[in-house]
Amino acid sequence: MDEILEILEKDARITPEEIAKMLNKSPRKIREMIKRYEKEGIILGYKTVINKELIRDANSEVRALIEVNVTPQKDVGFDKIAERIYSFPEVKSCYLVSGTYDLLLIVEGKDLHTVSSFVAEKLAPLENVRGTVTHFLLKKYKEDGVTLKHREENKRIAISY
Amino acid sequence: MKEIISKKVQKIKPSGIRQFFDLVLGMKEVISLGVGEPDFVTPWPIREVGIFSLEEGFTTYTSNKGLYKLRLTIARYLKNRYNLEYSPEDEILITVGVSEAFDLVLRAILNPQDKVLIPQPSYVSYEPLTELCGAIPIYIDTKDNDFKLTPEAIEKTVDNKTKAIILNYPNNPTGVSYRKKELEAIKKVILKHKLICISDEIYSDLTYDFEHIPFATLSKAKQYTVYLNGFSKSYAMTGWRVGYACGPKEIISAMTKIHQYAIMCVPTISQMAACEALHSARHLVEQMKQVYKRRREFIVKELNRIGLKCLKPDGAFYVFASIKDTGLNSLDFAQRLLKEKKVAVVPGTAFGRSGEGYIRISYTCSFENLKEAIIRIEDFLRNRKEKK
Repeated sequence: MDEILEILEKDARITPEEIAKMLNKSPRKIREMIKRYEKEGIILGYKTVINKELIRDANSEVRALIEVNVTPQKDVGFDKIAERIYSFPEVKSCYLVSGTYDLLLIVEGKDLHTVSSFVAEKLAPLENVRGTVTHFLLKKYKEDGVTLKHREENKRIAISY
Repeated sequence: MKEIISKKVQKIKPSGIRQFFDLVLGMKEVISLGVGEPDFVTPWPIREVGIFSLEEGFTTYTSNKGLYKLRLTIARYLKNRYNLEYSPEDEILITVGVSEAFDLVLRAILNPQDKVLIPQPSYVSYEPLTELCGAIPIYIDTKDNDFKLTPEAIEKTVDNKTKAIILNYPNNPTGVSYRKKELEAIKKVILKHKLICISDEIYSDLTYDFEHIPFATLSKAKQYTVYLNGFSKSYAMTGWRVGYACGPKEIISAMTKIHQYAIMCVPTISQMAACEALHSARHLVEQMKQVYKRRREFIVKELNRIGLKCLKPDGAFYVFASIKDTGLNSLDFAQRLLKEKKVAVVPGTAFGRSGEGYIRISYTCSFENLKEAIIRIEDFLRNRKEKK
């Protein structure tokens, strides 16, 4: 993967000027590259990693992993039914996987009830859905390479040879 | 009480910047660019093996030379990587970091009044450990040649009492390293005068723009070279204390003699972990190196932009920046920067007299901290200019 992408994937706030300094290239070149990545759909967006476990307000949400068994369709395979499913805003992630089921979803809702009714009323009744298994997430330890823990204090002594 | 301390130890100069260090350690919320170790934690696969070996009860001594498995792994690694051959039976010794290995070589080869050539600026332990052997450190000032050692400089300093020369590349504190042609030229003089070359290559894995070349791989150099390396810097394993020395078996055997009485062996858990490092963590070294490399590019440009001139270092994780334009000496600069802006750097004089006029900046900290440090240093420099 291009170094620009590696850098931005770790910290999207780093500016083109700073990346230019790190990679010994001109800021213009870096800005051009980023624009190209955005245009080509390689960079799709920039966001902040928030530890929602620590936000104990009324808007806190529950998440569930849902295994879905579907019947693939002629010509389009799984793509069409996947699209019908992932278009629901409640579906945060959607993967086609090998193994005992076909689609793996990550669904988010404001409480248990909301997620359950999404499954019961929207997902399960779909024509090509043969069955679902819902796992509510209880605790998040690590997500996308980020450990959900307070940043640890520095253990190094402040000055050494 | 003073008289009960040995004369040799009394004669060793206390570090001139001890007080400065104490000042740093006593302050809170300092951005430290003064740290001589990685900001990464040891990669998990290595730590995991450390934990596993405790669980399995590897809590006993190993052989004095170190776990055979580790020596064998090192031998194979050096053969594969550099085509450098050492026998795990009698040419490799596992030590408590390069620090111990270095002490052992000196004690194994030096007689009182022997001379040892030390290119300066240099790592802090070379001089006192040489003096503890009753030998005489002879300095080669490299600052007028962009901190590079040259064959001419050696030729000018060497005499028939000179027994050894210390090489350290990539260098702490300057980050300078050498390409093959330069090393060959240095080797010629070293062989001509039959010096023992103590080559401290602890930062070898952190060479950014070209391949590191171990001194011992140069033709005919091996029998005169003691190759020192370890796990601290490249694998972020400073606290585990594992290093190694490779060299002619006569020297390794003499070093082992001292090591077996003074140290016995390196902690077993650490040796097991080091073994794992070579087996499975090579790619993690590359990842860390890439991060250092980006920080290096950034900090070198920024320092030059704000007026602290520095060369782009070839390796290690230090920049040696000139502060001559500020009119302050190294220690003053470091003290004021710390007090006024809470940024800690190491005064160049910590690495010998030729470090005057410079500070060592270590880029083993997050990019955010590096940016903030630059803002503070720039502020500090601006304030000084306005005062003038």
